[in-house]
Amino acid sequence: MSVSNPNWKPKIVAFCCNWCSYAGADLAGSGRMAYPADVKIIRVPCSCRVNPLFILRAFERGADGVIMCGCHPGDCHYTSGNYFARRRMTMLFSMLDYLGIERGRTRVEWVSAAEGAKFSKTMNEFVKTIYDLGENRKLGDLRCKK
Amino acid sequence: MENHVQMLTETALRISGVNPQKCMKCGKCSGTCPSYDAMEYHPHQFVAMVEKGQIEKLMESDSIYMCLSCMACVERCPRGVEPGKLVEAVRLMKIRQQDQNRKNGNDIAAFADENVPQQLLMAAMRKYRK
Amino acid sequence: MQKIGVFVCWCGSNIAGTVDVEAVSEAMKSVPGVVYSANYQYMCSAAGQKLIADAIHEHHLDGIVVASCSPRMHENTFRKTAEAAGLNPYMVEIANIREQCSWIHKDKEEGTAKAIVLARTAVAKLLHNKPLQAGTSAVTKRALVIGGGIAGIQTALDVADAGYEVDIVEQRPTIGGRMAQLDKTFPTLDCSACILTPKMVEASQNEKINIISYAKVEKVDGFVGNFKATIRKKARFVDETKCTGCSLCMSKCPSKKGKDEFNMEMNNRPAIYIPFAQAIPNVAVIDPEQCLKLKTGKCGLCEKVCTAGAINYKQQDELIEREYGAIVVATGFKPIDPSPLNEYGYADNADVITSLELERLMNAAGPTKGTLLRPSDLQHPHEIVFIQCVGSRCDENTKRGKPYCSKICCMYTAKHAMLIRDKYPDTKVHVFYIDVRTPGKNFDEFYRRAVEQYGVDYIKGMVGKVAKEGDKLMVRGSDLINNQQVEIAADLVVLATAIEPDPTARSIGTMLTASMDTNDFFTEAHAKLRPVESPTAGIFLSGVAQGPKDVPETVAQASAAAAKVIGLLAKDHLVTNPCVAYSNELLCNGCSQCEKVCPYGAITYIEKEVRGPGVREVRRIAQVNPAVCQGCGACTVTCPSGAMDLKGFANKQIMAEVDAICL
Repeated sequence: MSVSNPNWKPKIVAFCCNWCSYAGADLAGSGRMAYPADVKIIRVPCSCRVNPLFILRAFERGADGVIMCGCHPGDCHYTSGNYFARRRMTMLFSMLDYLGIERGRTRVEWVSAAEGAKFSKTMNEFVKTIYDLGENRKLGDLRCKK
Repeated sequence: MENHVQMLTETALRISGVNPQKCMKCGKCSGTCPSYDAMEYHPHQFVAMVEKGQIEKLMESDSIYMCLSCMACVERCPRGVEPGKLVEAVRLMKIRQQDQNRKNGNDIAAFADENVPQQLLMAAMRKYRK
Repeated sequence: MQKIGVFVCWCGSNIAGTVDVEAVSEAMKSVPGVVYSANYQYMCSAAGQKLIADAIHEHHLDGIVVASCSPRMHENTFRKTAEAAGLNPYMVEIANIREQCSWIHKDKEEGTAKAIVLARTAVAKLLHNKPLQAGTSAVTKRALVIGGGIAGIQTALDVADAGYEVDIVEQRPTIGGRMAQLDKTFPTLDCSACILTPKMVEASQNEKINIISYAKVEKVDGFVGNFKATIRKKARFVDETKCTGCSLCMSKCPSKKGKDEFNMEMNNRPAIYIPFAQAIPNVAVIDPEQCLKLKTGKCGLCEKVCTAGAINYKQQDELIEREYGAIVVATGFKPIDPSPLNEYGYADNADVITSLELERLMNAAGPTKGTLLRPSDLQHPHEIVFIQCVGSRCDENTKRGKPYCSKICCMYTAKHAMLIRDKYPDTKVHVFYIDVRTPGKNFDEFYRRAVEQYGVDYIKGMVGKVAKEGDKLMVRGSDLINNQQVEIAADLVVLATAIEPDPTARSIGTMLTASMDTNDFFTEAHAKLRPVESPTAGIFLSGVAQGPKDVPETVAQASAAAAKVIGLLAKDHLVTNPCVAYSNELLCNGCSQCEKVCPYGAITYIEKEVRGPGVREVRRIAQVNPAVCQGCGACTVTCPSGAMDLKGFANKQIMAEVDAICL
């Protein structure tokens, strides 16, 4: 598909928890550690707030990649939220893979508030992976319409 | 001329895989070097001179043959700069030029007697059998 | 339809440099819901805020989007602006077009396009925002200080001075920390004990301060203003209320193999001991690993000689549960173990010591009673080599030490060198250094005195190898200024080892959910503007727990932390975060899944009559206590029926954001 549209720019949604990864993203910013503009960040209080439905929705609307970032295991601001998130994403990503959304299009990464460089590096890698994979197919919304 | 210097610097960096900008100029490499007194340019100077593009001076110096390749400087560098690899890289650049190797690998056996340490022979082999 | 105003900030050239702010505010005008859009040089300035307030009045705005810096920076500023202009503060959304856009992109076209998407996304979210009312919660007017070194003591004294109760929890048998181990302090050369012990006494005599020594914090629940801590007070096997500190037991104890921790394990101590003469509490403690009575049941000498009847071999650990409004982390540091850096030979040579060990060797209460003797043969050293930056300033990938500068070593080495030259003029002192870092009041003058007045030999270069030869230590290093390799036959080698956070710091950080950096130093809420607060509300940072510091800096930060604690404890009520979970009772099926994942126990189940279209029955439904809920959202995703939602980060809001990004 990527061949058909040479002007294609990927749409990448990043969910970042407020306490670690969003702060890490800010740190990447204040340290001027560049990463591609294709990444757009949504702030959530905790990685456990990321409902799998949000990610399905993103793929339904034509996202080419979704990455979820949270505090390192053991360092969750809410004690245990990232553990819930980790399990949910493991399940969801394998299901998405089955549906034809390649594993490379989904990713979980732990980024602390002090890891601006890691945030930037992760995003650069992820965007590269998405470019390599090319344009994504859209998930269809098969729910009954009124 | 500018281009020539730049090309030499790039070659040295590519062969060695060293980033001289990581150096914090502590001198640990030279403090640790067993061949220090035999070398005109010392390990820390290799790092500084490559950074400043003075590769030709290094290539013309005997220092590149005085290095024992013991890699103590690589082992102990607190910044992971690995000066020993730079010395090797500059030496390689020299001997890759036609007929520029200082000694011939086949002559090494003639130097050997019971007083020559095994390590020295090994190092000599590495250097001259290119 | 809501009326939304968008305000695009230039942030001088910070945003306007790589984002065409005019184009962004123009593009916003055509976004559904937006009735007003403007841009201005500094939105956070008084004039910028006035622009927002005026627009709210003039255009009867229902909500505003400010496209500016990170919400972590100015969200509160703009919420206050909105509130002052009569708008609910939670009808404000921030589009982060600085940290997450202009600062990381160089191409103006690309930056502008992304800024438009980010602003559009914020508008999409705002369209689903609802006005929220913050609640209040009470404040327990007591502070917990973890760590009883100079940092913890200073914080406790200042908080107590303002009239609030403070508990100091110290893991060792006495307070005093690292400063108590120091001999002199730079740059004034005051005797460390002389300036510290009065503070220790002051803390112990202050009726507002409760010192819980030989103890550790085991568990912390709750949130700012309402923490509940469980503290394990380890058994000392000595009744603190009876022991008079006479130390008779110490002289009679037959077990003398315990390592004296206070003297850096350079000499032995009895199994029953008081760490040092000025210890507070001045109460003995039995080391159960060394005590013959506790290990074999035979002995009991200390019990026989104790006239106060304080010995109690049956004493058990005690668990204390207390409530606190604020917690201060003052866990301090330890020097790293230089053994893995084998070129220095620390593990193999008794005469290669760390600076903290030297500190004890020079102290009158130390193992040599203050005479400088080298450990191997107790002879006076005539040639001493100091090596700087041992394990500091290393590239992380080399695994040779810490990436940071430990900050205090340059100065304490100058101090040691100066003191040795002063007391033993026949001793030569050499210092191998990379850089001499002396940024502090009277610091550089101090270092220059060491060189010019005391003749300390500073050598710019690092040491490659320390090797034993006879009774000498051959130190080989480079002298970069003279461009030569030098070899010094030394009697004593002192390593300025890097400092690292106390090993307990990581587990305490996890327990408090206070964030830490990769070196296990606690992270501050803002590196410049909130340096003594953790991002976790109610947790404050004091001393080296936050980063390397010398004594004056530690005391300054400790007092700053105290000021923040006092500011918190002075309040009767705190405004709570209204972004909490709530349950839609019509959808809730009473399954209890949410209750199980809630880390705060904020969800309970009640029997309630539910009324809705076609429904009127008593059901078992979830109810969230908004004062306890911290708004993580774990329950919202767990809920199988979609009844749970989070105010401020509702499903609809996040879906709208996803849609706007993928448009």
